[in-house]
Amino acid sequence: MSRPVELPRWMELGLMPLINLALALAVCSAVLAVVGLPPQQVFTMLLKGAFGSAAGWSYTLFYATTFVFTGLAVAVAFHGGLFNVGGEGQAMIGGLGCALIALSVGEQLATDLAAIVVLPMMVVAAMLGGALWAAVPAVLLAWRGSHLVITTIMFNFVASSLLAGLLVGPLKAPGSMMVETVAFPLSARMPGMHQMLQRFGVDWPRTPLNLTLLIALAAAIAVGLYLTRSRLGYELRTVGFSSDAARYAGIQPDRHRVMSLLIAGALAGLVGINELAGAQHRLLLDFVLGAGFTGIAVSLIGRNHPLGIVLASILFGGLYQGGAELAFELPGFSRDMVTTLQGLIVLFSGAMAMVSAPLLGWILNRVGSRDG
Amino acid sequence: MHQAVSAVQLRSISKRFGAIHANREVTLSVTAGSIHGLVGENGAGKSTLMAILYGLVQADRGTIAIHGKTVAINNSRTAIALGIGMVHQHFLLIDSMSALDNVLLGAEPHWRLQRSRAIVLEQLKVLIQQTGLEVDLMRPVGELTVGARQRLEILKALLRGASVLILDEPTAVLTPSEAEQLFVTLRQLRARGTTILVITHKLKEVMALCDAVTVLRAGQVVFDGPIAQCSLDQLAQAMVGRRVQLQRPDVLRTTRKGSVSLAVRDLSWRDPQGTQRVSGVTFDLYAGEIVGIAGVAGNGQSELLALLSGMLKPQSGQVDFRGTIWNSARWLDPTTARRLGLAHVPEDRHRFGVVLPLPLWESALLGYQRSRRFATAWGWVRRRAARSAAQVMLERYDVRPAQLDLQTSTLSGGNQQKLILAREALAPEHVPEVLLVGQPTRGVDIGAIELIYDRLRAMRDGGTAVLLVSSELDEILALADRVLVMNQGVIVGELANEDCSEAALGRLMAGVSSRTQVGVEAAL
Repeated sequence: MSRPVELPRWMELGLMPLINLALALAVCSAVLAVVGLPPQQVFTMLLKGAFGSAAGWSYTLFYATTFVFTGLAVAVAFHGGLFNVGGEGQAMIGGLGCALIALSVGEQLATDLAAIVVLPMMVVAAMLGGALWAAVPAVLLAWRGSHLVITTIMFNFVASSLLAGLLVGPLKAPGSMMVETVAFPLSARMPGMHQMLQRFGVDWPRTPLNLTLLIALAAAIAVGLYLTRSRLGYELRTVGFSSDAARYAGIQPDRHRVMSLLIAGALAGLVGINELAGAQHRLLLDFVLGAGFTGIAVSLIGRNHPLGIVLASILFGGLYQGGAELAFELPGFSRDMVTTLQGLIVLFSGAMAMVSAPLLGWILNRVGSRDG
Repeated sequence: MHQAVSAVQLRSISKRFGAIHANREVTLSVTAGSIHGLVGENGAGKSTLMAILYGLVQADRGTIAIHGKTVAINNSRTAIALGIGMVHQHFLLIDSMSALDNVLLGAEPHWRLQRSRAIVLEQLKVLIQQTGLEVDLMRPVGELTVGARQRLEILKALLRGASVLILDEPTAVLTPSEAEQLFVTLRQLRARGTTILVITHKLKEVMALCDAVTVLRAGQVVFDGPIAQCSLDQLAQAMVGRRVQLQRPDVLRTTRKGSVSLAVRDLSWRDPQGTQRVSGVTFDLYAGEIVGIAGVAGNGQSELLALLSGMLKPQSGQVDFRGTIWNSARWLDPTTARRLGLAHVPEDRHRFGVVLPLPLWESALLGYQRSRRFATAWGWVRRRAARSAAQVMLERYDVRPAQLDLQTSTLSGGNQQKLILAREALAPEHVPEVLLVGQPTRGVDIGAIELIYDRLRAMRDGGTAVLLVSSELDEILALADRVLVMNQGVIVGELANEDCSEAALGRLMAGVSSRTQVGVEAAL
């Protein structure tokens, strides 16, 4: 019989994640050894690729930016007791929203300076797009009690088809064979980090990392304030824990559920800004690339806490970047191996997060009883 | 002590959870074929001790002997194999499955389900005949009364060969008549040779039912002996470590009626299934009085509270509160109700009253989160104000441990209840005009009961009109100035406290007809 073990906070929040990570790495080492790859070399290269250079860091943070958005999108809904697996679709429609602004308003105001007007409009459009895509499942949930996991998953497919339809049809760049739009005008491109840092005289490698990173950090802070400091956040958490207690307190659970999903959708929609306005500078079909689903893992490992999500995003961004580097440099290494490692980390830090708790509790008891 | 056969013998059991000594050198011996009471306040260590006996928790030190043989019980499987059965306070049954299938589950005698059913049904029929534990075996558990569910749990334990039966707070969820019935069955089981351990904090029941009693306080045995050699006062004193006064006040307060605080007229409510739960309820609630609503559970009292607090909306009828007429076209919602000074201590504490995973100070905010004192116009929570208000609640209502950041779920039932009462009594805007209280002391230990009664009386004396719903007649008699009796959703009688006798109330409660409690939970 395993019962919940009470551990001091520093152990639960500090030590256990490290133990879980170590366990995941250990199992992954075993897998690598079986496949015939040298684990130590793989991990060293992974680490170096992700964090060993300015460029590596830069890519890592670029990926992390996307994961912060999708992770927050899962966490906000989670605090309302909801499981939002629609981050993928919400991000796609968010991207569509910002692309539409880029290609319409941006084309009109194509000068460099107009970015001050165009970029905020794109941000708003991306958020609206994502929120819109979350709104339908949200309203179905509130009115009809439809199962959110089903509806949001289905909406991922609908979003994907919609995007494909638009990109082979009306939005397709004329004369191109690629399923993508024309390039965004200069006014619709998020300044890269290297450009910004250059102005301050810092020499930074040219990477996709862009100012959206700051938006992501601001979003994490805003979500933190919303959840822990605001009345609405308090009410949302109450709904998430007990909708009966919420009704007792005069809170209407459905309103809060819908609102949390709209916020979640808006956050996921911002992926479009990072990936499209920041890096690709055009709308293309597969720009989300599973980030919506990675967001679930990020939120899980970050314990649905904004700070945790930022840290988990950096971890996943690092894995992503390090894995890409490895696949490039180490013959016989496929990126699936990184996916394996991601899976193991999710397994150990999420699903089996408490496996080491009884052991730690036992050690703590031993130490405690020796003292007294 | 009893050199006769001890069915259960615990020797020097100690168990620590971190810094807390849940059990300290507990020695307990239960004579075979007797009913043994284990009493103590919440948090005294009763449940831990029984969890150790049932193998859910391992003791740090000490030994257990079953029928004279020292055993190691590492899990509940071992405990069951040794003939120990446990009926938990919250039943472990699956509502959608039939009573029979619930007994079957996990102990199928045959690999074919139909065959298993037949075997177990046969065994159960014999057992029911022997013990008188009547249960409709073919019905889904969800349709059974609480009493029947409990009987089913006992049957389940007996069928698995339990010769020692542990009952955790068995009467907490029962109506008085169901409790009476339970006692009859337990005595029958004792006559069959079953040893019964009852965890409870209702001392009257211990006196009526048990052969011997052990009192725990702060993890230690403070009293142990046959029931014939102790008195109720003695037990109460042992339990809380000081004298307690719970009886009806000697001098009944002459009711000084103020003005009408809440006028209820012809209030009716049908549940979504179309059953009339509350019909034509009319009464006035005056400032400075406690009105008790007595009745067998499930006769509309819960719904009445839910209606008045704004959680349910009536189909017809009206309420006059603070100069406004509220009717089905425009009904009170919980937020408005609170703002106007209508506070509510809900019947089901865990479900409505607190949010268990939240820290204490956030649970202390529940319902008042929109008050300007605790939230700014822009919707930010005023943490400092909310925390200091919560601190005052914890201190004034003696909530222990008084740590604002502790998870609400770690509080004992009594302390959670004190927190809820404190929150409602110390409402941020003003002293409540009307206080609705449901089952204020259900599952609450004696020490806390005393404080809760005291505070309710103090609120009444301060001019608050209190409406009290309770299934404990003693409680109503101890508190209420006036008693309304409900039956089948109708108020069937009204008595002043001095005219109340248990007999008179009982006649009213049951006289018209009595109904089992189905659907109250479904209605909310």
